[in-house]
Amino acid sequence: MSKLLTRRFIDQIKVMFGKEPAKPAEISPAAQKIHFYKKNNRDEIAELKHRRAHEKPSHKWRNRRWATLIFANLLFVFSYWLDIQVLEGALTASRFVGFHMADLNSALQVMLAHKHIITNLLIGTATVLLLWALLGGRTFCSWVCPYHLVAEWAEKIHLYLAKKKLVTDQPIDRRLRSVFWIVFALLAVVTGYTVFEAISPTGILSRALIYGAGLSLLWVVALLVFEVFFSRRAWCRYACPIGLTYGVVGIISPVRIKYKLEGCFHEGDCRKVCLVPHVLDTVIKGRAVEPEVPLGPDCTRCGLCVDACPTGSLSFEVKGLSKLL
Amino acid sequence: MSEKENTPAAAPAKGEVPVSRERARQGRRKVLRTILLTGGVLGSGLSGYLPLVYARTNRLRPPGALDEKDFLSSCIKCGQCVQVCPVNAIKLADLIDGFGVGVPYIDARAQACDFSCDAVQCILACPTGSLTYHKPDFLPVREGAALSQKPTLIAKMNDPEPTLNMTERMGVARLTRPESCLAMKGEGFKGQARGPDFKGTMRYIKVDRWKPIPVADHPYDLPLCDLCMRECPIAGAISLEKFTGPDGKTRARPIVHENCVGCGVCEMICPTEPASITIIPREVWKS
Repeated sequence: MSKLLTRRFIDQIKVMFGKEPAKPAEISPAAQKIHFYKKNNRDEIAELKHRRAHEKPSHKWRNRRWATLIFANLLFVFSYWLDIQVLEGALTASRFVGFHMADLNSALQVMLAHKHIITNLLIGTATVLLLWALLGGRTFCSWVCPYHLVAEWAEKIHLYLAKKKLVTDQPIDRRLRSVFWIVFALLAVVTGYTVFEAISPTGILSRALIYGAGLSLLWVVALLVFEVFFSRRAWCRYACPIGLTYGVVGIISPVRIKYKLEGCFHEGDCRKVCLVPHVLDTVIKGRAVEPEVPLGPDCTRCGLCVDACPTGSLSFEVKGLSKLL
Repeated sequence: MSEKENTPAAAPAKGEVPVSRERARQGRRKVLRTILLTGGVLGSGLSGYLPLVYARTNRLRPPGALDEKDFLSSCIKCGQCVQVCPVNAIKLADLIDGFGVGVPYIDARAQACDFSCDAVQCILACPTGSLTYHKPDFLPVREGAALSQKPTLIAKMNDPEPTLNMTERMGVARLTRPESCLAMKGEGFKGQARGPDFKGTMRYIKVDRWKPIPVADHPYDLPLCDLCMRECPIAGAISLEKFTGPDGKTRARPIVHENCVGCGVCEMICPTEPASITIIPREVWKS
């Protein structure tokens, strides 16, 4: 990794905790060359843009992801309903064919509140940590979390209403999520209750699917209403500590989205569909520090940008694997 | 939504001159919205205290549960205990239980724990030690909560290992309404213990040791009601003490003994409405 990419890597970690992405202080000569070339070839870009306007949008990654998300959650449901016992429990903790799994944030809350850790919980936590370290940290959010899916549908309503000028997105300070993470951790330690678990829409929805709906779904509905009429994807963007926990795991993950500067027109379609557009700041004209830049750890690896990009400048990458093959 | 709207307005940070009045106003609004979301989320989170403050819930917890406070702090709300229970005695609490939302409990009147699983499977299933065979050393055992010996399961009497791996009781059965108790009145009982519509199930050794059946499918005909003693799954937990009433009729008084683990079968099977014998959750044995 070049010095510039290392600097950006560290900067992206800060961005995950709430810092606003800034213009890079230094850009590599190779990337500068591409930036400069683009500046002087506007006609070519216009022609490509025109061609792109007629292209059909792809939903390849979205469909794969929705299928995975629904499958994972149905596996929980059917393991209980049909007694096939493949994935027993709920998203907070489960057994996959007998092996313990524990959601990292739930496990952390329990450890902090109870101040005693038993072996099974430790095994479950370590297994899940390893799993998501391999698969990409916040991959959990977009590929497994049931709230993510309903929030995506709510987002569609929000965007439709926004187009009709009936609502506007009200951005909130992203540092709030880090504050919540600390506050809920402290609350668990101080009160001795897993305060966050009582309001976690991920846990509530997962349990509602498996064990039946209850009044606690009202909280999930309230969050969705807030997101539809007030602030786009507010829970996942500004509040959810689970996302930050998995984001931290994602720092070391080899699975990520890679940006290639060369073919990009800087139209910003990817940023419009992204849950966490601050990870895509590198696609803004003149921002990429190298010809190839991996996205930061806050990226949920949802692939919406890969689908949206008309030039294939964004793609999934497994670090080290391409070298190996 | 345009690209511009997506770029959050710069929050007025220290030492930074606001670009324009409009941007400053946007910044102030963003701060207000941030405070709104903070308040909303924290408010909802801490509202979990309300049911505790009002002490509205005194739930019977599954076998092996830690003391209430420790139970609530250690339960990860996954419901694996729910999944292994052969009679579906364990349910997960809803929103009205505050911090107890998603935490397992037993509504003994609707479906008691009759140990059909033979081995307290729920404890085995628990991934966090909320339900445990052995309490860790640093957690105190309340006086009278410990069982003097491992409870013997009548269904397992002839097995090489007839006991249940339980060290503390869930609660204690009490004859809370002696005036309505059929045995106390010297009355018998005929028919389905809880009526034809009762959904609860139970294991009857004489019917099938391995498969619980609906209580409604097992009618009784008793000259003097002894259902609580008859169906109690634990050896030596309930007995009937016969006495003669003022009218000369033979009557009986259910006596709960120290062996009682508080499973709730007596409460479920009691044919009076409401039940004459009930479980006091988390009650300890007082001699």
